[in-house]
Amino acid sequence: MFSHETVERNATLLLLLAFGVVTIGGLVEIAPLFYLQNTIEKVEGMRPYSPLELTGRNIYVREGCYTCHSQMIRPFRDEVERYGHYSLAAESMYDHPFQWGSKRTGPDLARVGGRYSDEWQRNHLADPRSVVPESVMPSYPFLYNRSAENPAIGDHLKTLALLGVPYTQEQIDNAATDLKAQATPDDANAAAVATRYPKAQVRDFDGNPASVSEMDALISYMQMLGTLVDLKAYDANPTVR
Amino acid sequence: MALVAVALVALAAKAHDPILAFHAVVGALAAAVTIIYWARGYPGRAQTVGGQEVYLDGVVRWGALITVFWGVVGFLVGVVVALQLAYPTLLTGIEFLNFGRLRPLHTSAVIFAFGGNGLIASSFYIVQRTNRTRLALGNLAWFVFWGYQLFIVLAATGYLLGFSQGREYAEPEWYVDLWLTVVWVAYFLVFFGTLLKRRESHIYVANWFYLSFIVTIAMLHLVNNAAVPVSFIGTKSYSAMSGVQDAMTQWWYGHNAVGFFLTAGFLGMMYYFVPKRAERPVYSYRLSIVHFWALIFLYIWAGPHHLHFTALPDWAQTLGMIFSIMLWMPSWGGMINGLMTLSGAWDKIRTDPVIRFMVMSVAFYGMSTFEGPMMSIKAVNSLSHYTDWTIGHVHSGALGWVGMITMGSFYHLIPRLYGKTEMYSTRMISWHFWLSTLGIVVYASAMWVSGIMQGLMWREYDSQGFLVYSFAETVQAMHPYYVLRALGGALFLVGGLLMAWNVWKTVRGTKAVTVAVPAAAAA
Repeated sequence: MFSHETVERNATLLLLLAFGVVTIGGLVEIAPLFYLQNTIEKVEGMRPYSPLELTGRNIYVREGCYTCHSQMIRPFRDEVERYGHYSLAAESMYDHPFQWGSKRTGPDLARVGGRYSDEWQRNHLADPRSVVPESVMPSYPFLYNRSAENPAIGDHLKTLALLGVPYTQEQIDNAATDLKAQATPDDANAAAVATRYPKAQVRDFDGNPASVSEMDALISYMQMLGTLVDLKAYDANPTVR
Repeated sequence: MALVAVALVALAAKAHDPILAFHAVVGALAAAVTIIYWARGYPGRAQTVGGQEVYLDGVVRWGALITVFWGVVGFLVGVVVALQLAYPTLLTGIEFLNFGRLRPLHTSAVIFAFGGNGLIASSFYIVQRTNRTRLALGNLAWFVFWGYQLFIVLAATGYLLGFSQGREYAEPEWYVDLWLTVVWVAYFLVFFGTLLKRRESHIYVANWFYLSFIVTIAMLHLVNNAAVPVSFIGTKSYSAMSGVQDAMTQWWYGHNAVGFFLTAGFLGMMYYFVPKRAERPVYSYRLSIVHFWALIFLYIWAGPHHLHFTALPDWAQTLGMIFSIMLWMPSWGGMINGLMTLSGAWDKIRTDPVIRFMVMSVAFYGMSTFEGPMMSIKAVNSLSHYTDWTIGHVHSGALGWVGMITMGSFYHLIPRLYGKTEMYSTRMISWHFWLSTLGIVVYASAMWVSGIMQGLMWREYDSQGFLVYSFAETVQAMHPYYVLRALGGALFLVGGLLMAWNVWKTVRGTKAVTVAVPAAAAA
């Protein structure tokens, strides 16, 4: 008959048993997610972020926006009416890291793209209470003054490609010029950005065409959130007829 | 070590961004201090006095004091961020002090700096006393202490300057994670090495909890922080996983940071200090065995309850909910064992504020480990998720359980580390007790009301079938509760300051005492 005393007298046995016990739950819950159809399905319209959008997303992460905003709409009537179609797993498939969030001190942002004008967005970021008097959001006026241009942005795309994001060599090679061109409509490369990144919005986002600021980058990211997938065409149960 | 310093200076010069350059300078300074320290011949600390082995208590003394210090820092930043939500113009527009950067500072300061130092210091004390032997591996324990402080400084300054992995409770970037891994492995070696060279035949229950906490945190830390840096001379990295897999991994980590850092470790603290203070044996040894294994097995499964109704598959959500509900039982096993240890000593609650701290902490533990499983039920979670209810729940656990068990234990421990039996002022401990209890009650009730209210307002429909409230209206409705919450937090902070003052008065002017390892059995 096994006695617990055996474990209490043997530190190595205690260590091995304790470690064994704590590995099981994670293995069962995490490993299958790499194989199951509904967690790895591809959905029409999803594409990797453009260099400017990616820069904006990195600012979103840096400023801790996820501490107050979710990007995950749950399938409830009120949420769908307030924010739009519930979120699909595929919509965050290129998100390293995911930014689903856990708290809504502010509203969900999964489908905020196109809901407000660029002007509203920049006024709101620089001084939230100028457009939403009840807001408790911090102000981000410094985004105007910081350049988003980045000659090394190609390395970021390369790193993500290494992790499985399907960036092409062409996209990696042109990353730095694409970044600038997306916020500079007069740029010679502006048309190429929209070709390389379908549905990419090419315009001056921050109201200052002379430079590409972090405000440009962040707003370009906000304005594309939730706009890639055509949800009217999405079939949740392709095999169920 | 000199090479390390030179390499770090070179890195500072070449780094792609100012944050890494600054951190390389900090690292180089740390290396330089280490060199001076060695050059002056300090490491030769006596392991024996008069031929008898002595406990390594210096690292526990430093650990206890720094725990009190980081506690005050963490509570202070907490009050600041609470005020920012109530009065959003406070410190806004200054990039280093915006809510989004201060919030990780607050959570890390409280969990890792206050909680972590409390756990490391108490585990070093307990593992020596319960195994009747000096800490293993010479001065490696000192490396653990200073290495951990360096980790905290790197993480905290990194948040303010603007680095983040964007993962809750795991925000530090890749190179800080690597440094913590080195420190943590050293911590494991010291702790486990001490268990191996013990002079007691049985390993006392507190050590089981500490050991499982150290091992599990190592596993969680390594997997959840898997990332690829864009450049080895830059701060930015991208997480190895994305989307739904990343979410599941993060909350497997996130929930077990609660389960193992904030629960298993502090249960170890409870299992030593409550019986010591009450001068009663642990209520049920059998219960401690059953609830230990059940707790560590079940906790790992509970993560998906943070992802109810998301794009995570339903079966995983349901598993998370079921295991969370089952977790209620082993959690209460710990509570029952803690409370019932006071059998025959209940009168001490009236006379000893230190016992009062311990009893209240175990009571909060029971309360929040009931609340947690309840909130993991999908129907409840559909209302509570994304609201302040979660914040209230976390704080009744963190302030009530983690904070008060640490305070109670350290009020018992600190005077003993300095050759005294009691703190400078018992009345001050009593005041601290009532201030923090009141603070937590105000905090938690404000968050219950605001959380449930906001959840209900979001889903309120009128008779025509339209949503009644805009989001901004629900934000406005939170204001009075945010003010109350800041008040509750401020009361807790004042309590923390009283503790710091009391500790200062206790310790000042005393000399560190050296305690010999007893030859006969006496834990």
